[in-house]
Amino acid sequence: MSKKAFRPDVDAPTWRGGHSPYDIIKEGTIALVVVGVLTVLLSVFFGSPDEAAVTVKKWANANPIDFATTAANELNGTSLTAGYGPPYNHAAIGQKLGPLSLAKWAGVRIPINPVSDFVIKPLESMPSQPVLQQNLAMWSSASSSTQSGWVTDYVKAVPKMTFVNGHVVVPTTNAGPVSVLVDNLTQMARSGALDQALVTGGGYYTTDYTKPLLFLADGTYLAGLAANQHLTGTQWGMMNETGQYPGQAWLWLYTFWYQIRPYSASTNADVLVWGTMMALSAVLLFLPLIPGLRAIPRKVKVYRLIWREHYQQ
Amino acid sequence: MSTTEIDRQWTTRLRKRVAGKLPPEKLLPDTQPAYVSSWIYVFGVATLAALIIVIATGCVLSIRGPLWWHQSSIGHFVNSLHLWSVEIFFFAMVIHLWGKFFMGAWRGGRTMTWMTGCVTFFASILAGFTGYVSQTNFDSQWISTQAKDGINATGGGSIFNVLNLGQMLMWHIVLLPLAAIALTAVHVLLVRVKGVVPPYEEDSEIVQ
Amino acid sequence: MSWLGSIIPLDHLGHYIHWHVILISVGNLVVIGLMVVTFIAALLLPFPGRGGRKASK
Repeated sequence: MSKKAFRPDVDAPTWRGGHSPYDIIKEGTIALVVVGVLTVLLSVFFGSPDEAAVTVKKWANANPIDFATTAANELNGTSLTAGYGPPYNHAAIGQKLGPLSLAKWAGVRIPINPVSDFVIKPLESMPSQPVLQQNLAMWSSASSSTQSGWVTDYVKAVPKMTFVNGHVVVPTTNAGPVSVLVDNLTQMARSGALDQALVTGGGYYTTDYTKPLLFLADGTYLAGLAANQHLTGTQWGMMNETGQYPGQAWLWLYTFWYQIRPYSASTNADVLVWGTMMALSAVLLFLPLIPGLRAIPRKVKVYRLIWREHYQQ
Repeated sequence: MSTTEIDRQWTTRLRKRVAGKLPPEKLLPDTQPAYVSSWIYVFGVATLAALIIVIATGCVLSIRGPLWWHQSSIGHFVNSLHLWSVEIFFFAMVIHLWGKFFMGAWRGGRTMTWMTGCVTFFASILAGFTGYVSQTNFDSQWISTQAKDGINATGGGSIFNVLNLGQMLMWHIVLLPLAAIALTAVHVLLVRVKGVVPPYEEDSEIVQ
Repeated sequence: MSWLGSIIPLDHLGHYIHWHVILISVGNLVVIGLMVVTFIAALLLPFPGRGGRKASK
């Protein structure tokens, strides 16, 4: 070894003491059997959760008003998705970490246009329905200022929306085709056809549920179900599981930051929490290189318990 | 061929290097230093055992595809085995981490052992997360629609789309298991090469 | 096979502990509590076997 001074938090003394018998294969086998038995016992006793997925059909039948209101917000550009920004659209610049606009720099890579993707294109896929076709034609031939005039008029009347005899009724005066579009989309959703229209947007095969999930998340129905199960962000939901099952308890620290200031009050909470966790992860990773921190175990002396037989001698 | 020519071959040099660093008695030791005598030492091997069960049950779930476990009570039971072995995996891994921290287990040239362990932990968290969003049930719908905001805020969402089931499932059953297995293998081999960290020398505290 | 996993069902709505900013499900609390208990037990309980028989090497 070199003549440098011994650094107790970096160097380890060379072991000159005795050795005891150690059967590594036997130890591994015992561990596998014990963990295996424990896994089987826990599974037999507790099982695992499997709450069925929510469909747009289920949502529109359980709460047609919420669905129709969400559809109107999509047209109006006031839904969460419509105002999201990157990676879905240019409506916002996304969150900022100090001066860094990470989301904006990454760009719009998964383009979503709520008006056409969630409302117009699905309606256009419906088989020939003369009234709907007329109203779709009216919509697509109108200028964007005319369209937004209709939508504004419709959205103003949304608080008075009712659901009567299977139809969405909104007392509008100058909403153009919007009433027919929203009502037809609601019918489509209640029949289950919208679920298909949203996922098959890319072709015959699909494994991508970005659009129906974004649409579902824009309503209040999914969030309401989640709040019942204590799964929302302010309920430490990230680490929770449906029912009484333990969840991703190892996310406790990530979840914790969302509950306290300045994170809980920030519009950049997500990126701040991520930045914090990245920094803390780096500290954990590079702990052996950080003077002070790497001295903690030597100073708190828990090691004396672990190696007590050694120190007794 | 001359001996020197053989000695210069890549194959020969690699074999000699491996044999020098990790002779069979280090790879599969039959003794341990006497100070290795505490229950805290079992949590590393317990983590490894749980990882084997996680992978085995995951392989069983793969046989009939991602929706099987919703439709079959046997499938659901295999899902339970997968879930609980994951819980045990993280349980054991975190205790292993605590134990190694309090032993200062990075000392004596073991920094890479510590760091590969940490990266394995991070990769496992991502593997667990992609599993949660690949369940194709309410849980995965909710977790993915919530988690997208976090990852989108970092810009990562432009590549890593948590709402894309196919992508998440591929990461969960191909990329991240490969990473976790490779990292674990390197970690375990480093432990064997470097051996278990010796106790702090009480006198040495005077030095610093 | 329906008995599998149904002995102690955990599917009904969970219980939660709410204390100041802390809100945690009983399931997670049990897991984290067990981890701490297991860790302390691993430090304190005597490890059998190795102590006595030393092989000199």
